[in-house]
Amino acid sequence: MIEIQNLTKDYGRIRAIDDVSFTVGKGEIVGFLGPNGAGKTTTMNIITGFISSTSGSVRVAGYDILENPVEVKRHIGYLPEQPPLYPDMTVSEFLDFCADLKKVTAREWKNQKKDIMELVKITHVSHRLIKNLSKGYKQRVGLAQALVGSPDVLILDEPTVGLDPKQIMEIRKLIKALGKNHTIILSSHILPEVSAVCDRVIIINKGRIAAIDTPENLSKKLSDFSRFTITVAGPESKVREILEGVEGVKDVEISGSPGEDETCFIVEADKDSDVRRPIFNQLASAGYPILELKSMNLSLEEIFLQLTTTEVKEVV
Amino acid sequence: MMAIIRRDFRSYFSSPIAYVLIGLFICIMSLFFVDSLNAGVAYFTSNFISSMSFMLLFIVPILTMRTFAEDKKSGTEVLLLTSPVRLSQVVLGKYLAATGVFLVLTAASLVFPLVLLIYGKPDGATLFSSYLGFVLLGMVFTSVGIFASSLTENQIVAAIISFVSLFTLTSFSYIGSYMGGFIGKLLNRLSFMDKYYEFSAGIIDITSIIFMLSFAVVFVFLTVRILERKRWSQG
Repeated sequence: MIEIQNLTKDYGRIRAIDDVSFTVGKGEIVGFLGPNGAGKTTTMNIITGFISSTSGSVRVAGYDILENPVEVKRHIGYLPEQPPLYPDMTVSEFLDFCADLKKVTAREWKNQKKDIMELVKITHVSHRLIKNLSKGYKQRVGLAQALVGSPDVLILDEPTVGLDPKQIMEIRKLIKALGKNHTIILSSHILPEVSAVCDRVIIINKGRIAAIDTPENLSKKLSDFSRFTITVAGPESKVREILEGVEGVKDVEISGSPGEDETCFIVEADKDSDVRRPIFNQLASAGYPILELKSMNLSLEEIFLQLTTTEVKEVV
Repeated sequence: MMAIIRRDFRSYFSSPIAYVLIGLFICIMSLFFVDSLNAGVAYFTSNFISSMSFMLLFIVPILTMRTFAEDKKSGTEVLLLTSPVRLSQVVLGKYLAATGVFLVLTAASLVFPLVLLIYGKPDGATLFSSYLGFVLLGMVFTSVGIFASSLTENQIVAAIISFVSLFTLTSFSYIGSYMGGFIGKLLNRLSFMDKYYEFSAGIIDITSIIFMLSFAVVFVFLTVRILERKRWSQG
């Protein structure tokens, strides 16, 4: 449903996101997890066509965001971090405006409006001015806005931020329910939230993807394996063979090729056996020099730590 | 696009801004009007409507200053730009909404010629052409105002930019006649005020109409470009 390839965005000299690639299948709920400033909002803004990328491509429902922006936008409902609301309109007027803007036909809208308002529980405030609503209700109206026109894809940027615990539970339940009919990407800096709601988690830090997996696998990986990135000069398949042959290595994935004849692998290994020495020896004897060898564990754990401590702080 | 026109137009009237501006405009013009009654009917079309145009220099910047700033502040910019609507339609919608408010203002000002029609015998044709000129001028002014508001997120700065640019644009023919030479000629050519004075003299020239409309189109187009560039920018 959503295909992101080598997405990069520069703000002046600062690289906000760096070579981000992932795909999201139909009906999946994917969580975007990362500390503040990791590039979650930037990525979402690019997918929704609000800002443009420096390089890379975004395809939604088969349409390219640059070639066919209107078609892409038709398939997406977006709830930004700050819900986009006109304070001087009533809830009902505002949703009518959104329907108009998204070109929902009058007949369709008549049925849809009632459903949406009931779904996010705002029917009883429909005639109040948006500026007089509480933060929780504003968030719901924002979510209602994203649902207008029943788009296939929902993109929700920190949908539970600033809500009280009861509201958070409600919104999470709602998102799970919506996941039955929609493809959803949601971002959060709270780990338990993402593992409660999402089928798959993308951990992003400093603009780079640190891991993509199911919440269960992720926590397993953290405890059982140590991970390295290793860049080797040499033919991909041969190097891979050697790496896989090293005792203790569980999995080898290719993560990119930084230069000609250079390949970057992500290697997973048993926690108790140190595979770095045998990897070095075997590659050296095969004549493929290691250009870079870096442990990834620390960064991933660091992120997790940061994420879990944020949750603790917020709940207490 | 109709959605944007409707919403923006309504929002002008759901806040005090449109009422205050139109009320103020009619108030001040009434003073001029009483004055111009002493000077006779011919004076009305030539000078009174010109002073209405002068007032536009102050009214239009205030009318248009919040066009994009407001959306930026409330975050609704994201909504507009991620909806299946082209950016040009967003800008055009906002421009037409502001023009709509200006037309309401124009309609309110029709009370003055109405008084004249009841109590005197003004030249209908000249009156019509003056008003046509006034409306075209308002459309040009509004496009400049919209353009200025796309340049900055601060409403006051937007108002000042549009006031200064309007002031400069309207004085092109003065500047031109002082400078002389090629630049002087160029400025004279570009002066929409000269075209406007033709209208208030009772001359309806199709090239002038096209000229003023294209002036507005150019500024609306520039606004689209500015906003587009912001999305692509690296900063």
